[in-house]
Amino acid sequence: MAEVQSTEHRTQNTDKSQAEKRKPEATRDAYGKTLLELGKKRPDVVVLDADLSGSTKTIKFAKEFPERFFNMGIAEQDMIGTAAGLALAGKVPFASTFAVFETGRAWDQIRLTVCYSNTNVKLVATHSGITVGEDGASHQALEDIALMRTLPNMTVIVPADAAETESVINTIVDQKGPVYVRLGRAKVPYVMPDDYKFTPGKAFVFHIGKDVNIVAAGITVDMAREAAGILSKEGIDAGVINMSTIKPLDEETLLSAAKSSGFIVTAEEHSVIGGLGGAVCEFLAENYPVPVKRIGVQDSFGCSGRPAELLKLHGITAENIVETIKKALKK
Amino acid sequence: MTVMTKGKITDVQELKNVAKKIRVNILHMLTQAGSGHTGGSLSAADVAVAIYFSKMNFNPDNPKWEGRDRFILSKGHAAPLLYAIMAEAGYFPMETINNLRKIESPLQGHPCCKHIPGIEVSTGSLGQGLSVANGMALGLRLDNNPARVYCIMGDGEIQEGQIWEAAMTAAHYKIDNLCAVVDNNELQIDGPVEEVMGIQPVHDKWEAFGWHVISIDGHDMEEILRALGEAEGVKGKPTIIIANTTKGKGVSFFEDKVEYHGIAPSQEEFDKAVKEIHNG
Repeated sequence: MAEVQSTEHRTQNTDKSQAEKRKPEATRDAYGKTLLELGKKRPDVVVLDADLSGSTKTIKFAKEFPERFFNMGIAEQDMIGTAAGLALAGKVPFASTFAVFETGRAWDQIRLTVCYSNTNVKLVATHSGITVGEDGASHQALEDIALMRTLPNMTVIVPADAAETESVINTIVDQKGPVYVRLGRAKVPYVMPDDYKFTPGKAFVFHIGKDVNIVAAGITVDMAREAAGILSKEGIDAGVINMSTIKPLDEETLLSAAKSSGFIVTAEEHSVIGGLGGAVCEFLAENYPVPVKRIGVQDSFGCSGRPAELLKLHGITAENIVETIKKALKK
Repeated sequence: MTVMTKGKITDVQELKNVAKKIRVNILHMLTQAGSGHTGGSLSAADVAVAIYFSKMNFNPDNPKWEGRDRFILSKGHAAPLLYAIMAEAGYFPMETINNLRKIESPLQGHPCCKHIPGIEVSTGSLGQGLSVANGMALGLRLDNNPARVYCIMGDGEIQEGQIWEAAMTAAHYKIDNLCAVVDNNELQIDGPVEEVMGIQPVHDKWEAFGWHVISIDGHDMEEILRALGEAEGVKGKPTIIIANTTKGKGVSFFEDKVEYHGIAPSQEEFDKAVKEIHNG
């Protein structure tokens, strides 16, 4: 393909990126800052939280705009319904709590009053995935993408770093209808180029590979890039795609990647059932069947531990991406 | 600001006549559909008629008019009641009521806001309307919009935990541009509410949650109007009307019959029922 760069070329270019020189930052921190700035510009933005504003970082908005912030207490179902009502009154509500509570505890409320009623509610959940860490399985959402993706009218977005989070939040404020944004607790390195701007439904292609393409989202984008770097030294041309919008999926990009390499690997901090891997497989099976390996949590719950330990335990690492690809290519 | 096109009805007898017409149309819709919720549509009819035709500002020609009062039927299974009222108010042609629950009809089994613009939010999964009503009321307050929000719940419905979350929210945020109603007909699908999962003392519960509570005979039009008027004057806290009602009200052979929660009348029953309503 014409736009395919050599991996050497790509590595040289990105090494110079300003973004990569910045210190790692949690996507939830970027959310808190962006929301505060948005509050200054947009009087129609209101924020709801369910007693976790210090953790989700909506507290920054709450302190500056107390009249537009609604702490709903530990009551996620009511939070979602109230957000729908605020949207119906013309506001742009951002409703936040931990991903496990936002999507699990209030799923039917999201289904009926947000998606079926097609209200302009922005669900921005933090503490997704196993990098929640020590709190353990009860607090680690590994099913939220699946839960949100199955709902009609819903857009599902998983930003890869703090800069992409900022771009996502600033974009969805003007996008009519329900949106789910999945953020994390842990600090993540900056991976996106300095001039990157998020477009809903448009994947970002770091590189299309001839041997394999790694489709990643969220924290796995950085791992995928590291894996591609390791593989290139062994003569394997691995592409990397940041599929930050999981619904609607960027089918065009996925199709061109599948055609280029004939082999796709997905990597996500989520169950391999129903998430990014599921979405990719559904599309490819019907449109361009190629072998796929799904890296992620293999139909299990998480457990307590340090984020890095948990990622290793579940094989969500650059090393495991490399191993999985090498093993598959040997066959 | 746009002015509502429908004049409000203040005459009690006239409201009673509208309620009769609404009851007949509810039964007509259900009979045509062959399924649906008879008992709970009839029990809430008088309160809903009073709210829509004596209190609410709205404009069927401009359903999204910002100054409109909002109505949420949290007990969405009473959809025939809402549809009969909206047809009467002029939101859609009267002949539409022949198509309740039919394929590609705007009159879905439970209210759907996508199909009918005057429906504020889709309901049907119980326990959710009050939260939405709170959100709307908070949004209106932020805009200094004097419009009010009404929300009718079932008594069985308040077994849902979310109702009590919303009850706390309304009191906590002193939402006084909201008037909620419990259609207290004392029956749910599986039997008497007190046997299935007791909710009494319902008046005291809402009071303990910080609400202004008014218990009334939910079929006495004068009492209903008085309660709605009282609610408008309450400041600093939300108001709820406990409307003590009879399930299936207006048709003797449906009244207090648990089996008519979710059964539509036969043609024979319809003919008999219409006579009773007209004579009643």
